[in-house]
Amino acid sequence: MSWFQRIKGGITTSTKEKKETPEGLWHKCPSCKNIVLAKDHAVNCYVCEKCNYHDRIGSEDYYSIIFDEGKYLELFPNLISGDPLNFVDTKKYADRIVESRKKSGLNDAIRSAHGEVLGEDLVICCMDFTYIGGSMGSVVGEKIAKSIDYCIEKKVPFMIISKSGGARMMEAAFSLMQMAKTSAKLTLLADAKLPFISLLTDPTTGGVTASYAMLGDLNIGEPGALIGFAGPRVVKETIGKDLPKGFQTAEFVLEHGFLDFIVNRRELKVKLAQVLGFFRN
Amino acid sequence: MTFLDFEKPIAELLEQIEKAKQIAEKSKIDISATIRELHQKVQDTRKDIYSKLTPWQRVQLSRHPDRPYTLSYIHSITDGTFLEMFGDRTVKDDKAIVGGFGSVDGKTVMFIGQQKGNTTKQRQYRNFGMANPEGYRKALRLMKMAEKFGKPVVTLIDTPGAYPGLEAEERGQGEAIARNLFEMAKLRVPVICIIIGEGASGGALGIGIGDRVLMLENTWYSVISPESCSSILWRSWDYKERAAEVLKLTADDMLANKLIDGIIKEPIGGAQTEPEEMYKTVKEEIQKYLSQLFALDTDELVRQRIEKFCAMGAYAEIDSVPAVD
Ligand SMILES: [Zn+2]
Repeated sequence: MSWFQRIKGGITTSTKEKKETPEGLWHKCPSCKNIVLAKDHAVNCYVCEKCNYHDRIGSEDYYSIIFDEGKYLELFPNLISGDPLNFVDTKKYADRIVESRKKSGLNDAIRSAHGEVLGEDLVICCMDFTYIGGSMGSVVGEKIAKSIDYCIEKKVPFMIISKSGGARMMEAAFSLMQMAKTSAKLTLLADAKLPFISLLTDPTTGGVTASYAMLGDLNIGEPGALIGFAGPRVVKETIGKDLPKGFQTAEFVLEHGFLDFIVNRRELKVKLAQVLGFFRN
Repeated sequence: MTFLDFEKPIAELLEQIEKAKQIAEKSKIDISATIRELHQKVQDTRKDIYSKLTPWQRVQLSRHPDRPYTLSYIHSITDGTFLEMFGDRTVKDDKAIVGGFGSVDGKTVMFIGQQKGNTTKQRQYRNFGMANPEGYRKALRLMKMAEKFGKPVVTLIDTPGAYPGLEAEERGQGEAIARNLFEMAKLRVPVICIIIGEGASGGALGIGIGDRVLMLENTWYSVISPESCSSILWRSWDYKERAAEVLKLTADDMLANKLIDGIIKEPIGGAQTEPEEMYKTVKEEIQKYLSQLFALDTDELVRQRIEKFCAMGAYAEIDSVPAVD
């Protein structure tokens, strides 16, 4: 469809462009130390061909992996955080916003886009960990809410790719209420009988797990992803002993019954198209 | 009676009164005038202290060991008719969340809330008011039953957070809270949520989606406790007072930010000074709001609830394309 085109919001420089700069000529796997050409690694969806380690990637990478020809229409790109509490810790939140936008090239910790997956329409809200740890604040909530309205209006299935440490402390109760807001909005998507697919990637914890990430018609995990409510450090402090091996990995969460399946990123696109087909046909 | 550090002047005055009484007893001198004066002084001091509480002092008050807990409210409000119901019908009964039907002047209401304990043993039994997933699932089971029979739901919130334990993770703490947010948003009966003590993060919100969300005057509600906020943002436990300020977690701040719907006044000195008065006030508030909410058509009730939460947030739009209309 010709109306899909790359629209870059504001000062956005995509993470993909950054990855293609010469410093990334070679890629060393952080898990098994295997070295491959960076461009081969990208073709391999940033998954280690030797040990299957899934690198943390950003929205631009997910969009180019999932959407046909990497084409999409970005939705609501111009939303940025307010500073409702004039929050100051060791830094002013207002300054943090400016810095984070500059450093990450993103306007907040989530982007929204409409594209096609092997011809199937899909709107994907994708979180970016590079923006204040993928934390959920008002913009994350509002973009999800607006995207759901868009999906209902256009009758398009919806997907969220979560990658977040949880709620953004600098928006305090405002960020807490984004859990309520997104969950409430999802009831309207459900009423419209539109599918909601939640992909939980490394890491998905805190208020994100305790709201939209766990509310998918399908909850899908990426291999090895950390998924939990409380962070592992907090759990360890609570129980006062070491955590069992594999605790809070996607595989662990699946075994305990909270994921429908785990998908290797290299098969993500095909699986999504299959799932969308099941819902539609 | 337990006194918090900033209540010391009150404690000292009360001590003086006790001493004066003892002396009077022994010496048979009439000092009723002096005692009256001292009582007046206690009241004035209390008023003075309580008229300028800092956010951190309110946090301390919300955790006052003599403060009434959920079951005390429920027993009083339902005039002893409360029938507690246990279990999530899947794993077990979570003692950190209680629930059941009670009658409020002849009308059936489903009450649900986190329960803290008064003694060391009770505190452990109640897991300090920190629920596991089965607590949230018990709450949801009871809410769905209330919905089925058209009974309103009142939740009383008082928790330092959802329990961050190993088994809580195994049994899906995140999913349990998320499910409650989703289901409560569309529950087809009136829901009133009242923060009676601590409103910590997702653990509080897990029973906190209502048509009216109210806070008692000396409670707090935020995304994190001031202590944890201090440790994360300042990497030290020493900034809890500062954290309590910046988090804007008091009832006044929450109302000003339109994140709650109302504040319920406490007796001067806090709920623990006049518990019976507190229960009465809470009961009146519940009745007032229930009659407002029952006047609404159910579709409208749910629509307004969802819309209210969807309006929460602070963001700006930059470089926006001019509107086409
Ligand atoms: Zn590897």
